[in-house]
Amino acid sequence: MLWELIHQNRRKSLALFVGMAFLLSALGYFVGLYFDPDNGGYVGLAAAIGLWIILTLISVTSGDEILLKVSRAQEVTRDVHPRLFNVVEEMKIAAGAPAMPKIYIIDDPSPNAFAIGLKPEKSAIAVTAGLASQLNRDELQGVVAHEMSHIVNRDTQLMTTAGIMLGSIVLISHFFLRSMWLGPGSSRRYRKSDSGGGGGQVQLVLIAVAVVLAILAPIFARLLYLAISRKREYLADATAAQLTRYPDGLASALEKIGSSGLPLESANKVTAPMYIVNPFAEKGAALAALTSTHPPIEERVRILRGMAGFADYRSYQRAYAKVKGKSTAIIPPSGIRQGKQLEVRGPSTEPEPARDKTTTTRDTMDLMRAVNGYAFLVCACGLKMKLPPELATPTVTCPKCGRDNRVPAAELAAIGMVVGAATGAGVIPGAGIVPGQAQAASQAPATAATPYEYTRKGTSWESFSCGCGNLLQLSPAFQGSAITCKLCGKTTVIKQ
Amino acid sequence: MSFGLILLIIIVLIGAFLVSLFNSLVGLRNRVKNAWAQIDVQLKRRHDLIPNLVETVKGYVSHERETLESVTNARTRAMGAGTVGDKSKAEADLSGALGRLMVVVENYPTLKANENFLALQEELTSTENKIAFARQSYNDAVLFFNNKIQMFPSNLIATMFNFAASEFFLVEDASEKAAPQVSFKK
Repeated sequence: MLWELIHQNRRKSLALFVGMAFLLSALGYFVGLYFDPDNGGYVGLAAAIGLWIILTLISVTSGDEILLKVSRAQEVTRDVHPRLFNVVEEMKIAAGAPAMPKIYIIDDPSPNAFAIGLKPEKSAIAVTAGLASQLNRDELQGVVAHEMSHIVNRDTQLMTTAGIMLGSIVLISHFFLRSMWLGPGSSRRYRKSDSGGGGGQVQLVLIAVAVVLAILAPIFARLLYLAISRKREYLADATAAQLTRYPDGLASALEKIGSSGLPLESANKVTAPMYIVNPFAEKGAALAALTSTHPPIEERVRILRGMAGFADYRSYQRAYAKVKGKSTAIIPPSGIRQGKQLEVRGPSTEPEPARDKTTTTRDTMDLMRAVNGYAFLVCACGLKMKLPPELATPTVTCPKCGRDNRVPAAELAAIGMVVGAATGAGVIPGAGIVPGQAQAASQAPATAATPYEYTRKGTSWESFSCGCGNLLQLSPAFQGSAITCKLCGKTTVIKQ
Repeated sequence: MSFGLILLIIIVLIGAFLVSLFNSLVGLRNRVKNAWAQIDVQLKRRHDLIPNLVETVKGYVSHERETLESVTNARTRAMGAGTVGDKSKAEADLSGALGRLMVVVENYPTLKANENFLALQEELTSTENKIAFARQSYNDAVLFFNNKIQMFPSNLIATMFNFAASEFFLVEDASEKAAPQVSFKK
């Protein structure tokens, strides 16, 4: 646990909080003076403080939700992507976090991720559909570990506070500057009749100060935001390496993200610093490196890969010094003091399915559909049909082979979809899966209650797939009216 | 400012510092306990997953009865184990049996392609990972706690209030170390 970092983040959050209050007050005071030279200052001040109080209330109660909505993230249940859930749970255990963060998927094929939350007990991790489908398990674990590190090190506390505050300053300045361009005479409206002459000069100065503040405030706020971001990315990388005991996982994830080339549509300048990789990154621009909220990906990858078979903080420090060429201490003393050198574990040996572009794109699109409430129905010919949430018909005709597939209403209702008149009342929130009852990620859960139907086409050999994926075969001699799948126990009614 | 007032302030400050040290020791010790409990939770989860796995595999690999039976027996023994030593040996045996089952499964491509089985395998892999991470987290917590107990100045408070160092969860079995992951290659 990097205690220095945690305490530092806590202190900085508080300082940011108070500092923004002062900045807002000054801005409000001078903007108010611009409108009304006599009393406007105090009105402006009061308005600014009132705004600050409102902002504090909003950010404490629903700051996370606002940021998540802005980024087009939707909360997902376990059955939408069990692997993601499992990986987050693994990292929660490894990091010793007090509670599971909520998991969100962002509707975007570009791979990226972020974490937010005002405290570790109430936090959230958001991952794009692209990231969830394109990364293998080790890489996904690395990314999730990085985000978890942000949560546990309280970076997210700082970021969320800064995000809300920064957004508000930008808003006020925009409002002020726009009103200046649009209404140059507005100051006269409130002006009392007896000021003139000497008063006019003071007013000019006040106007000048107000304008300067309005222009500079967003820049200062953003610079502050940046200065605190870059070092923390390195520390999160180091913590992630130690948590997973496998820095190569995060390294190759970063490489994949960096080389994807797709822009993240829902990111804007305020939310950009929260992501694991700068969503606006352009390769090779030195100025971009200065003003960027993230250190360059190649550097992060080189440090991680340079850890030479070890995964502890000291090794990260050494690799950092080697790559950056200087001996700045990036890891605070509590990390170094921790002692033992931790060896890297082996890569996880899960089977890697064919990852060509078509498969990846299809997986991403399916994930986005699943997030948006689509259900999947596999026709007997093998085509995986995607049913939109508003589907009302009881059967669906397969576009490939023409079979009428009955839409299993009960199963779909169980995973949160309304289907026609069968279930009636509104959408039921998706039920989570009890651990131990593992279900296929995109199939409706099999229940013994509602049988499937299959209509025989003739009297020769026929085969069709059961909902669980098992292939059931009917011989010409088959006379029965129903067949039970050996694997999942489902009964399929055979119609002649 | 009288001398007495200054002395009082100093005493209060030192007192506050000592209290914060004590509290941090308590917090770290609770972290250790929590991490230990977490290991148990994950082991139990693995026990719960196994019957489902055996049922799914049974339909396909009907003539590999001994492998399946060894898994079931190992599970029963692991669930019944009492002392920590027994437990860790029984869990090691269970990991071994599961590993052998996965080797057998490799010969059945239809099983490997089955969605149910894939999902179960994902759950099992994840549970094995979680067991490993729970142990890792426990050892990290113990390291931190022991450091704090033994280093100055918190060691003074520690001895005053009888904070005892915790033991690391060491992997004794070489086979345990070698096969915690449930995996198969194509």
